[in-house]
Amino acid sequence: MAQTVVSLRGVSKRYTRGRQTIEVLHNLDLDIDKGDFLALMGPSGSGKTTLLNLIGGLDRPSAGELRVGDARLDQMSSAQLTRWRAQHVGFVFQFYNLLPVLSAERNVELPLLLTPLSAAERMKRVRIALQIVGLADRGKHKPAELSGGQAQRVAIARAIVADPTLLVCDEPTGDLDRKTADEVLGLLQLLNREHGKTIVMVTHDPKAAEFATHTLHLDKGRLVEQAAHA
Amino acid sequence: MRYLPLIWATLWRRPPRTLFTMLSIAVAFLLYALLTAVNAAFNTGIEVAGADRLVTTGRYSLTQVLPAGHIQKIQSLPGVALVAGQSWFGGYYQKESNFFPQFPTQIEPYLAMYPEIVLPEDQKQAMLRTRTGAIIAKTLADRYGFSIGDRIPIIAGIWPLADGSNNWEFDLVGIFDTKNPKDRSIYEMMLFHHEYFDEARQFGKGTVGWMVVKTRDPAQNETVIQQIDALFANSPHETRTQTEKAFNQAFIKQMGDIGLIMSSIIGAVFFTLLFLTGNTMMQSVRERIPELAVLKTLGYSDGGVLALVLAESLALCLLAALSGLALAAVLLPGIAAKLPGFSGLALTPGAFAGAVAIAVLLALVVGLIPALRAMRLQIVDALAAR
Repeated sequence: MAQTVVSLRGVSKRYTRGRQTIEVLHNLDLDIDKGDFLALMGPSGSGKTTLLNLIGGLDRPSAGELRVGDARLDQMSSAQLTRWRAQHVGFVFQFYNLLPVLSAERNVELPLLLTPLSAAERMKRVRIALQIVGLADRGKHKPAELSGGQAQRVAIARAIVADPTLLVCDEPTGDLDRKTADEVLGLLQLLNREHGKTIVMVTHDPKAAEFATHTLHLDKGRLVEQAAHA
Repeated sequence: MRYLPLIWATLWRRPPRTLFTMLSIAVAFLLYALLTAVNAAFNTGIEVAGADRLVTTGRYSLTQVLPAGHIQKIQSLPGVALVAGQSWFGGYYQKESNFFPQFPTQIEPYLAMYPEIVLPEDQKQAMLRTRTGAIIAKTLADRYGFSIGDRIPIIAGIWPLADGSNNWEFDLVGIFDTKNPKDRSIYEMMLFHHEYFDEARQFGKGTVGWMVVKTRDPAQNETVIQQIDALFANSPHETRTQTEKAFNQAFIKQMGDIGLIMSSIIGAVFFTLLFLTGNTMMQSVRERIPELAVLKTLGYSDGGVLALVLAESLALCLLAALSGLALAAVLLPGIAAKLPGFSGLALTPGAFAGAVAIAVLLALVVGLIPALRAMRLQIVDALAAR
């Protein structure tokens, strides 16, 4: 039986904007198994990114129970969530979000600065991560000197360098052309299949979702459909 | 140390902006170092004033001359050990920019009163023998290349010779130093005989500018001060006697409250700097809100992000301040060599420590608001650019 890594029970998320309260997610129940590659799809405003933020520990639910591994994220303080994220989650963003002043190596090293690893050990892990994403020879380059695809692969290297339990990807191919997008998605698939990473990915792109093992559709804050891929 | 590459790279995110901000801070600290050194040089005279020395001037002004006969009358007081009359000569060597203080005085009692002035005995004897003799501070002799035996022409600024000429000449018979090299700037002067000066000058004969009085017991200073001033009370030449320390303080205050002027200038400069550097830090943080949000996403704590921004502010201010101080340390000896009476101009350890403390304070003040903003930013909002 598959081990559940992410578990949501009755999770809701409300935002207050001025006097108005908007419920973005309604009473969600969801299980994601270890080793899953889940694509979250849905129209704009359906709550995909909000759900991703909750699973990644960037935000807390307004109601309900949210577990990732052994951790009850809904009960954690902001500081506890910060520590938890550093140890358990890797993030990949649509616009890469690399620090432009740092080289690829230094960008990938960022999560490791929070660990007690020595400089030599950090650099060793950085090189391995860059090797996995196929950019071993680009370590000294700054983001502006890389193509979009390369920058996203550096971002993926940064996401995996601390060996997290979960990879959270928000529209990772939204800024890339089809060919490059397929390369990046192939890399995520490789990380899922070969390295056993559990991945949750938000996407608008049905072709991107085909690289996932499951697809969930959200509409107006509710799960409407679940599809498994071959 | 592990965060240093990150802090350094962030600091140089926009090199021109960082460079110009650093330049402004460096110039402010250069100014601080120069003004502090000048202020210290002014105060050195107060610090080295002898506890047993008094100065008697005209009651109403230092420019009011006194009869030389006052010297004998003061000397006759029981609490007085020595008296020497002195005048301001105000001449220069060759050109006006070569100005340095010259004083006609009674050499023997004067040297006895100032044991901190070190003059070899044979040179002292030569001085006492030579009517047109002069002794000069070593720093001045080095600056102008004077050596014993030289005839030094001094162009008078106030006192012409009896024939109307301003060209005085003195035979250099001695070069003195100070016991403590730190005091050199105080005694950067030329001394010559009052008797020669008095005979040769065109007007003002029989007068002195002021008198230096050495008391037998510093504990009796107040009594002696009262006795001296009482001696000439209700005469056409009333006196005002003070301790040498009080006199030096009053003399400096005649030029204005140097300390207050310096503090005001430095205060205004740093106040302006506060806005300039604060603006740089605010801009720097504002334009990388998404990057700071990414750091928080990766697991950097609120305190960690606050510390990173403060460290960046510290690096900016300290690096620039140290550059300014280093430049001051290089410039000060050159300035000291050009300014008579300021040969002791230097960046003291106290001034250096003060500058570093100001730099740290500046960094904390200008860095705190952007650092707090960075610390408080909400990841979800910042990533969504809300």
